[in-house]
Formats: sequence, C-alpha cells, structure tokens
Amino acid sequence: MFARGLKPLSIASVVLVVGAFALVFFYAPNDADQGFIQKIFYLHVPLAIVALFGFVAGGVFGIRYLRDGDRAHDLRSYVAIHLSLIFGVATLITGSIWAKASWGHWWLWDEPTLVSFLIVFLLYACYTPLRFSIEDPERQARTAAVFAITAGAFVPLNFLAVRMAESLAHPRVLSETGGSMPGDMYLTFLVSLAAMAVLFVTLCKYELTSKEASMRLRALKRRLAAADDDAWTPTARSAAPQQL
Amino acid sequence: MAGAEAAPAIALQDLGRAYGERVALSGVTLSLARGQTLAVFGANGAGKTTLLRVLATLLRPHAGEVVVLGRRLPREGWAVRGRVGLLAHEPLLYRDLTARENLRFHARLHGVAGGRGEELLEAVGMARRGDEPVRSLSRGMAQRVAICRALLHEPELLLLDEPLANLDPGAAGAVAPLVGRGSGATRVLISHDVEQGLAEADLVLGLRGGRPALLAPAGAVSADDVRGLYR
Amino acid sequence: MRRAVEAVVRKDLRVELRTGEAVPAMLLFSVSTFVLFHFALDRRSVEGDLAAGVLWVTLLFAAVLGITRLFVAEREQGGFDGFLLAPVDRTSLFVAKAAVLFCFLVAVELAAVPAFAILLLEPSPWGAVPELVAVLLLADLGVAVVGTLIGALGIQTRARELIVPILALPLMLPLAIAAARATSPLLLEAGAQALPGRWLVVLGLYDLVFGLLAFAVFDFLLEE
Repeated sequence: MFARGLKPLSIASVVLVVGAFALVFFYAPNDADQGFIQKIFYLHVPLAIVALFGFVAGGVFGIRYLRDGDRAHDLRSYVAIHLSLIFGVATLITGSIWAKASWGHWWLWDEPTLVSFLIVFLLYACYTPLRFSIEDPERQARTAAVFAITAGAFVPLNFLAVRMAESLAHPRVLSETGGSMPGDMYLTFLVSLAAMAVLFVTLCKYELTSKEASMRLRALKRRLAAADDDAWTPTARSAAPQQL
Repeated sequence: MAGAEAAPAIALQDLGRAYGERVALSGVTLSLARGQTLAVFGANGAGKTTLLRVLATLLRPHAGEVVVLGRRLPREGWAVRGRVGLLAHEPLLYRDLTARENLRFHARLHGVAGGRGEELLEAVGMARRGDEPVRSLSRGMAQRVAICRALLHEPELLLLDEPLANLDPGAAGAVAPLVGRGSGATRVLISHDVEQGLAEADLVLGLRGGRPALLAPAGAVSADDVRGLYR
Repeated sequence: MRRAVEAVVRKDLRVELRTGEAVPAMLLFSVSTFVLFHFALDRRSVEGDLAAGVLWVTLLFAAVLGITRLFVAEREQGGFDGFLLAPVDRTSLFVAKAAVLFCFLVAVELAAVPAFAILLLEPSPWGAVPELVAVLLLADLGVAVVGTLIGALGIQTRARELIVPILALPLMLPLAIAAARATSPLLLEAGAQALPGRWLVVLGLYDLVFGLLAFAVFDFLLEE
C-alpha cells in the first residue's frame, strides 16, 4: 500500500544527496569569518526545516485519522513524527557543533530558532512514551492523534514567543539564515534542502512499507496458528501501531 | 391495526467488537421486541459486559450492525443516550458525595426534575440514609442507589448487570417492581442465577468466548442447557 | 450544554470542598517551593526578572499537581461512564473541567501570591496589583485550557503522574515566557513600571489558540 513510487524516490534521494554534497564541497564559497566549518549550515538548517515540516505533517495526519478513522493515517502520523525526532536530534547536534566551532560555546541561548527548536523537540519526545503507556490500540491511536494536533499548533506559537523573548536583549547571531545570501550559497542551500526533504519522504516510505509488511506477516502467522480462532494471541506492548 | 409490526427495541446483525487483537464479541445476531427481556448468560470473560456496553453506546461496534430503539449505532448514539439506563458492575457513583447529591447531579445531567430522585430513594428504601456519603454505604445499599441512578430518567431500555447481586431478600423485593418484568421496559439482563434469569426472560442468549453458543426463546431452553455454557 | 457544565462544576467544587485533595496540596507545595528557592538561591529577597521567574515556575509546577488530579475521580469512580451515558454535549466536560481548574488556580494564588510577597519579595507589589491580577487571570486561563487537555490525555495512560508533567512543561513554555516577561517590570525594587502590553497579547493569543483547539479535539479523547 505504501510502497508506490519507492524506487524512483530512492533514486531521486541518492542523486540529490550526492549532488548536494558535491555543491557543498566544491561550489559553495568558504565563509570569510568562520571558514570551512560554516558549511555545516547546509546540513543543519535543512535538517531543522524538514523536521519541523515533518512534525506539522504528523499533526495533519492526526486530523485525517480522527476524521476518517483509517488507521493508515495513524501509521503515517507515527512515522512522520518518529523520523522528525531523529532529524531533530541531528539538528540539535549539528547546531551545537556549529556553535562551538564558530563561537566557542556548545549552546547559544541567544539564538531563538535553536531554543524554540529545543522546546519543540522536548515536547515531541513525549510522543513515543505517551503512545507506549496506552495499551488499547484504538485509544492509543486516538490519543496520539490529539497530541500530534496539539503539538502541531504549538510549534508556531512557540517560535513566536521565544523570538519575542530574545530579540529585545540580544541581537540575532546566526544572521546568514536570513534572506541575504549570495547566489552560489543560495543555490547550494536550495539543493541541500531539496535533498533533505526527498530523503525524509523516502525514509518515511521505507519505514511505512516495512511496518506494513510486519503487520501482514503477523496476521498470517496468527491465522495459521489459530486452530480455534478465539484463541488469544497476546502481543507485546508497543508504541508503534500494530494493526491497520 | 392489522399488519402493523412494532419495530424491535434491539436489532443486532453480526455484531463484533475487539480489544486490540483480542476478540470480545463476534457474530452476535438477534432481535428483541419492545417490552421483552433478553437474558444473557456466559462465563466470565465471555463478552456479556461488552455486549451491554455496546448497547449503552459506551463502546463502538467494530463489525456488524447495531440498531437500538430504532437508531443505528454509533452514528445516532446521541439520540439513544437519554433513553437507555445502565446498571453496571460498578455503581457509577461519586464516593465522596451523598446519595441525594449523586442523584441530583445525574438528574441535572439528564434534565430530569429533582423530585424523581427522591421518589426512587423512597421506593428502594434508602431515603433515610440519603444524606450519607456513598463511601460509608454497604455494597448492597450502594447498589440500591445505583438502581435509582439508572432509572432516574425513566429509560425505555434497561441494561442490567446482575441487578440483584449484593441485595438481601427485603431489598430485592423492593427493587423488583422497578427493574423486574413489571417495570414495562425492554430489558437486557445479565445474571449468574440460572433459574431466576430464565424465569424472567423471553429470549435467552448464551455467550462463549464472545460467540453466541445459544440463542432461543426462553420456553425452549432448560437450565441444563444454560449450565452447559459454564463448563 | 450550560446545564451540564454547571452540574459538573458544582459537583467538582463540592467534592473538593469536602475532601480538599487538590487545592491545599497545591498551596502547600507553592509555599514550600518558595522556601526552597530562598535556600537554593541563597538570597533573602528577589526582585524583577528573578522574582517573576521564581513566582511563575512555582505556580506552574503547582498547577501540574492540580492537573494530575483533575480527572482521577472520573476514572476511578466510573464518572466518565456516568457522564457519557447522559444526553449532553461531550465538550461540556472540557468546559466544566477547565472552569474547575481555573477556580483551583485562583484559589491557590489568592494565598500563594501574598505568601510570595511576604517571604521573598523585597519591593512592595501593592502599587501594581491590578496589572498583576490581569496577568494572573490571563495566564490561569491558558493553564486551565491546556491543563485540562493534558489531564484528559494523561488519564488514558498507565503512567499518568509521569506523563502529565513531561507534557505540560513544554506546552506551557510560551505561556511561562509571556507571564514572566509581563510580570517582571511589576516587581522591580525601584517601583513597579508599566506592564509591557505585547506580552498580554501573546497570553491572549495562546489562550485563544489552545482554547479553540481543545474545544475541537476533546470529544475524540472521550470516545471508545
């Protein structure tokens, strides 16, 4: 069900990622102040943007699940948020490395985007424990959907509040993320962003397909094993959706 | 009027409900006319309580069709809610409030006048102890107040999970006209007292492992048939 | 809907008056935390930014205590079933519980804020009471709305005492930021200064967005 277009997407991701790497190493200019390490920007910012979109997509799938009751949407919501969390960890790590290399500190409170991202990450980190702590699968899906929608609405509010809080005392430090990028940087950035986005979608599809396959396998096993189909086959508790 | 047939109070077609991967109910099909009583028998875990909760609109059916009092569930559950009374395994009363306060709360929720709660307390013999917190009442007394709660809004359909459990003969006698055949309501009754359940029933459903193992009019069922379900 | 909301609010307030489970604990916790801050910060008094921070962190943690208790009686004593059987709009439970949580918060603050002023505050806050009250009320509204949503989310889980705090703190962060930034000029030693209006706008926006959201999704949390 989910595997449609998987091959072309995989090929597209490989092409874009290789292309992005090539541009970053050979085409984009070396920054005057920060030197080579500034290039981590092409990794860090696309990671952040894609992760945030992934979180919001999780909320959108949550809305669709509540509306239709189709568990496939719940699975999509889970996978989107799950992968965005991984991309989120990568964002925080790359952001930290960049900060240390450029300004000597592992963490910058002055950068509202980074701080907002941390808060959003802390919130979404609760998603998996929340799912795991509810045993009934339908309840789990519904509660997770409500959470995903609430957290999705939270993201813009959070960025607004943090930006307002910091902008008064401290000037923005990482101002390259603004619109004033020279042409060659801009192109490299766009390609990196596209690569990251396509990679994310491809990884989502891989995970969705793999989960669907496990579910089918489990259903078959159950049918084969059940001589008396009222037999209760207990399954281990899981945060991930187990059934479509 | 010749040829007019009243719609059944309950019409189930292949009802199914699962908890995760465990099947609680499967393939339940029956029709219960208004004013009649359905007795449900079965061992613990056979699905009796699940059936009751689906009829009460508390659980959504996962498979099949459910029509209660002419309304299809779950879509039209809202239309059924005020017309069904559930007497569950728990009394569904707040332990820190008195019997009267509990009934007043439920009366407000259902839009029922306050006097009705008082009438019911009198009828079950709890009027004198109506101002004690439910916490301090014995199981049997709490059961009597729970019966008042279930009947507060004069429901057309009564769903009774062992209504006479924990009641002494005197209390059982006081309660019988309210929840028994004489009440005139359509009833679904879960009981572990085989003879008594059979005596009250018009239709008998026996569940085993969530599936209907026995479904017949009460006259065609013997106590032994029912006891067979528990083996 | 109004009838149902009224019924639930009266019931909850009556239970709380009789058993006193939530409000005294929240109040005691707040005062103990003020004492803790005195020792942890090693200061006799705080003002400005620090005062606002101490006050709001304490109030939010106290609120989390209240949120955890909000739906417990419903869950343990079959109250959800009783409510779901009634021919009422399910969202009225949300409105009622949010109103109850709001009342709890106001009750706690009526005692905790003066306690804070006495124990830790150097400047006298009396010059800025109306502004302080405005911030408190707006923030309480936000906490009530988000708290009720989180309480309902948490009551489904097996680890609700753990899930509620870890969900509540990030979600209430924008509210905490706005409330603290709005309060800090009111608590300055040199005398209370004007309230920065933009933070009130942020608080109002937060209340509105989450209020509408919770109103829309709450139903789904009650269904089975």
